[in-house]
Amino acid sequence: MNEFVESRVRLTWPDRLRSEYDVVILGGGGHGLATAYYLATRHGIRDVAVIERGYIGSGNSGRNTTVIRANYGVPEAIRFYQRSLELFQGLEEETGRWIMHKEKGLLWIAHTEMGLRAERARAALNHAYGAETVFIGPDEINEICPQIDLAGGGRYPVMGASYHPRGATARHDRVVWALAEGAMQNGVEVHQNTTVTGLKVSGDRVTGVKTERGDISAGVVMMALGGQVTMVASMAGLRLPIRSHPLQAFVTNHYQPGLDAIVASTELLFYASQTARGEILIGAEIDRQPSYSYRSSYGFLSSCAGRALALLPFLADLRVLRQWAGICDMTPDYSPVMGPTGREGLLVTTGWGTWGFKAIPAGGEAMAQLIATGEMPELIAPFGLDRFARDLPLSDRGSAGTQ
Amino acid sequence: MLYLTCPNCGRRTVEEFRYGEIPTIPESITDPDARDLDRGFMRTNPFGPSVERWFHDYGCRRWFTVTRDTTTDEVL
Repeated sequence: MNEFVESRVRLTWPDRLRSEYDVVILGGGGHGLATAYYLATRHGIRDVAVIERGYIGSGNSGRNTTVIRANYGVPEAIRFYQRSLELFQGLEEETGRWIMHKEKGLLWIAHTEMGLRAERARAALNHAYGAETVFIGPDEINEICPQIDLAGGGRYPVMGASYHPRGATARHDRVVWALAEGAMQNGVEVHQNTTVTGLKVSGDRVTGVKTERGDISAGVVMMALGGQVTMVASMAGLRLPIRSHPLQAFVTNHYQPGLDAIVASTELLFYASQTARGEILIGAEIDRQPSYSYRSSYGFLSSCAGRALALLPFLADLRVLRQWAGICDMTPDYSPVMGPTGREGLLVTTGWGTWGFKAIPAGGEAMAQLIATGEMPELIAPFGLDRFARDLPLSDRGSAGTQ
Repeated sequence: MLYLTCPNCGRRTVEEFRYGEIPTIPESITDPDARDLDRGFMRTNPFGPSVERWFHDYGCRRWFTVTRDTTTDEVL
């Protein structure tokens, strides 16, 4: 975090790590900080420590493509992400911080007959479960986003789209800082540069964590770790349904503002939006091989740029400014995992694959409620880790990243 | 960029290959139902050296074994 931001966000760092807290949250990203924020503000639980290995928001909270939407493919997910979308709409007022939330509308383009069926089904299912999505034809697409080449470069004709008018973006770092600031003002301690080296286990119960700055006892330990959750869970002898894949994205140079909508195509496997700075932000699907490497590849850049050009030919005049990768924790059914782990005193929120940023407020709210009441909130009950043993997976390839 | 060396075709970019996981179920899991659950859903997700099978899809179309460090994508 640079000095300019530091002067405007009032973050207060604790000087020492205590040896006991009611709640210890591992991971200072959006989900960990949101849980701490809601624990402190909604449930009055303030004896909370957030432990972060690097700096807050240094993992996937600072690497995602900032889209907020609720147009998922299974009822449980639609309800959950719709709650998150609504919480995001009120987050600036609630935290008193400008997170650059902007409603843009999201176009999900179909190029084939099967794609049309999928988008019609998505619109109908979203409508039935409370998310606003309508099916529209090429003329309306042209009105909403005139930059789209309806001929799709001659290879990917635009046949229709599901339109999600409440689709939005927000500045991801500002979301992290707003939640951190709100949590800190309510007594939560956030410890950066603190690596977890082990979990304190007694029988089937997790009683705390070991860090390189000392051991901590805790009533509840919650893992909100992106990319490293498998290793920390294994410290309690726990196996998770998680495989970590890199996901790459890139931005172009600054361009006159004008791409107002978020454009996505599941068949072309990319999505694009324009940031407040004018850069066109383009993301894509996960890399096929599991890996923890943040290296980006030219193979991805050339193939993704080619696909984006087929739909948005004006991009041909732009230059690539930055490219990066984040690590996506993928579950076998492409839905997140939230709730108990089977070890007493240890909770997990993981499997945030390519849909973690948009779930930050609702995920944090639900996990805070679970910690405070000890009962699984109805909203996230279907997302428990036990769903695999009960043969109730939530198969939802609801993003452009997971086809 | 990750390159793999196919024993038949030589060094090629990873886009030519398909990743094939070797399911590793811990021996400590003995209950047959628990082993089935592990085989179906749980992942070892190794952090560091990982022994893997890869298929040369756009080449000789044969399987081979590589050891890869998942933190750097280097083939060991």
